Amino acid sequence: MKYVDEFRDPEQAQKLLENISVLAKQVQAGKDRPIHIMEVCGGHTHTIFRYGIKQMLPQEIELVHGPGCPVCVLPMGRVDDCVALAEHPEVILTTFGDAMRVPGSQKSLLQAKAEGADVRMVYSPTDALSIARKHPEKEVVFFALGFETTMPSTALTVLQAEDEGIKNFSLFCNHITIIPTIKAILDSPDLQLDGFLGPGHVSMIIGQHPYLFIADQYKRPLVIAGFEPLDILQSIWMILNQMKEKRHEIENQYGRVVQNEGNHNALKAIEKVFELREHFEWRGLGSIEHSGVRVREGYARYDAERKFSIPNLKIADPKSCQCGEVLKGTLKPKECKVFGTTCTPETPLGALMVSTEGACAAYYSYGRMDSFESKKEATT
Amino acid sequence: MSSHTSKSFIPPVARKLQTITLAHGSGGKAMHDLIEDVIVKSFDNPALALLEDQARFDLKDLVSLGDRLAFTTDSYVVDPLFFPGGDIGNLAVNGTINDLAVGGAVPLYLSCGFILEEGLPLETLRQITASMKKEADKSQVSIVTGDTKVVHRGAADKLFINTAGIGIIPKGINIAATRAEPGDMVLINGFIGDHGAAILEARGDLALRSSIKSDCQSLSSLVQAMLDVCPDIHCLRDATRGGIATVLNEFAQSSNVCIKLNEKDIPLRHEVRGMCEILGLDPLYLANEGKLLAIVPREYVERVMEAMRLLPEGQYSAVIGEVVVAPEKRVLLKTNFGGERIVDMMVGEQLPRIC
Repeated sequence: MKYVDEFRDPEQAQKLLENISVLAKQVQAGKDRPIHIMEVCGGHTHTIFRYGIKQMLPQEIELVHGPGCPVCVLPMGRVDDCVALAEHPEVILTTFGDAMRVPGSQKSLLQAKAEGADVRMVYSPTDALSIARKHPEKEVVFFALGFETTMPSTALTVLQAEDEGIKNFSLFCNHITIIPTIKAILDSPDLQLDGFLGPGHVSMIIGQHPYLFIADQYKRPLVIAGFEPLDILQSIWMILNQMKEKRHEIENQYGRVVQNEGNHNALKAIEKVFELREHFEWRGLGSIEHSGVRVREGYARYDAERKFSIPNLKIADPKSCQCGEVLKGTLKPKECKVFGTTCTPETPLGALMVSTEGACAAYYSYGRMDSFESKKEATT
Repeated sequence: MSSHTSKSFIPPVARKLQTITLAHGSGGKAMHDLIEDVIVKSFDNPALALLEDQARFDLKDLVSLGDRLAFTTDSYVVDPLFFPGGDIGNLAVNGTINDLAVGGAVPLYLSCGFILEEGLPLETLRQITASMKKEADKSQVSIVTGDTKVVHRGAADKLFINTAGIGIIPKGINIAATRAEPGDMVLINGFIGDHGAAILEARGDLALRSSIKSDCQSLSSLVQAMLDVCPDIHCLRDATRGGIATVLNEFAQSSNVCIKLNEKDIPLRHEVRGMCEILGLDPLYLANEGKLLAIVPREYVERVMEAMRLLPEGQYSAVIGEVVVAPEKRVLLKTNFGGERIVDMMVGEQLPRIC
């Protein structure tokens, strides 16, 4: 398949792995722990597990799975609010597929749907707008979530609704921003990260400049990476190269998609419709300053939070849940006390087990190879 | 027969507009007419035409074919009713035939229960019964007994079908999910995921267009041909909902073995792969309606493959993996890229990823 297979070529992978192996040994020499590289984005986590990249890497490198799965980091209280919206008799609630399964404190959207709420899966916010056109007697609420990647399409849909004078469409806005979150992780006192794989699709929108502080203040390399397996390997190699040369810079491996200055039109649409919230609550990480956006006053009529009264309750994460530590890279998924026992993809307790892009769910579905391998070694 | 003559006076256009009403399920004349005019006429076989409350078989005939009876049932609720490559009637017949066939049974008889939603066009029902008859004939199976119920609008989605099937397992055949042994090979009879992809597209909310067709087909002749050259097939199952990943996990768990797959050997159409790439779906979990997975002793693989490839439903057969000792109860996939990963049972439904 064109434009796909080129980025999954096993021969290229072998060559890269050999180079990575040599570099990793040089860089890790003299350290008492492996090199920790965090992939910020859930899409990267998915690729890493799906192609078995984790097992291909030399033991000197350990990948830490970051907070970049917007479905996973959604706090329970927000899911409850969304369920409450869906249960309004006049509401058709529209959402991306994998948000349907996220558990609230009482139920998920899937369960609300089974109980009679009108919840519909869409592939784009413009699909939600089409439903609004078709059902003028109903209020169509779009469950807007995601990082800067999905923000522009939500913003443009609001602008289109305004253009067409559609009045029965609104957002339940849970969009979040990546930069304050990376900063929160970098500020954590027990930080053990040596470099970052930067999120490719977020960067396509925001460009390279917002990451500069990571290199300047925190002295860590970040390489903006694509989502194919060779992209990941090449980006890891680029990070190791920086480490070897004692550089810490922002580099762009995903040049075929990401431009240095980002996408001007997308940023303009975001700026027009959204503004930063003072705080936004993250599952597993707690409240992070300026990490979420809301609909601006001028577009209040498209804001479901203003149109409807919602419970807006804070629900604490379960006590046994150690998602925060896993997110920061101080704990591996399988080291969490509840991993695979009370917390499984069928009954997720913590954020990271919820979506297939969550570190724990990916680890659970694809990654439990380590335990076999260590068993094999023990028996042979 | 008076009902036939009276209906023949209705002009064809009006006839097309006829719909199912609650009267068709009332037990009265309308129901009698529906059964005689649509169902018995379509299925056309002596056992059904007697209109007794049950079909009757001569035991002697059955015993001559084998030493065990196979009996299965399945319900069909697919939406939409018609999709590229098939329809609900085709599915209802072949799905149950396949459930018999993969046990090594020669399928013989089917029952058919319809649940119809008030307002269903009569013509739709006619098309579906015609399709059922056609598929049953292909596999030399008769639909010998049935039932029809009509429910209020909204109490069912257009039309649901239940079919049960009876077949005979010849002596000496012993297919079971517990029999996979290290050294055995894993075979499949063609491209995976066609049905799941075709249904996703036919629902129309993706705004994608492709030429993907459902693989809905009977596997009965194929299984017979395979058993002719290797009566000792260890495991055999058709990979429907949950895809090939689910069936292979069932084999690995029941037999306490590990199944190792090679991604590069698994037949997958470009169109289906493309759809999966766009939507973030895994084709290993996509539904099939005409694909079987066989675990075959290594020494028989060549003969079985040859027999499979001679038939249209086995034309693209491939050896996709092998059975090994450990890790027990696991399915592993060697990726094209050179890595290895676990292929687990699916949790819930496959939902498209957000980004």
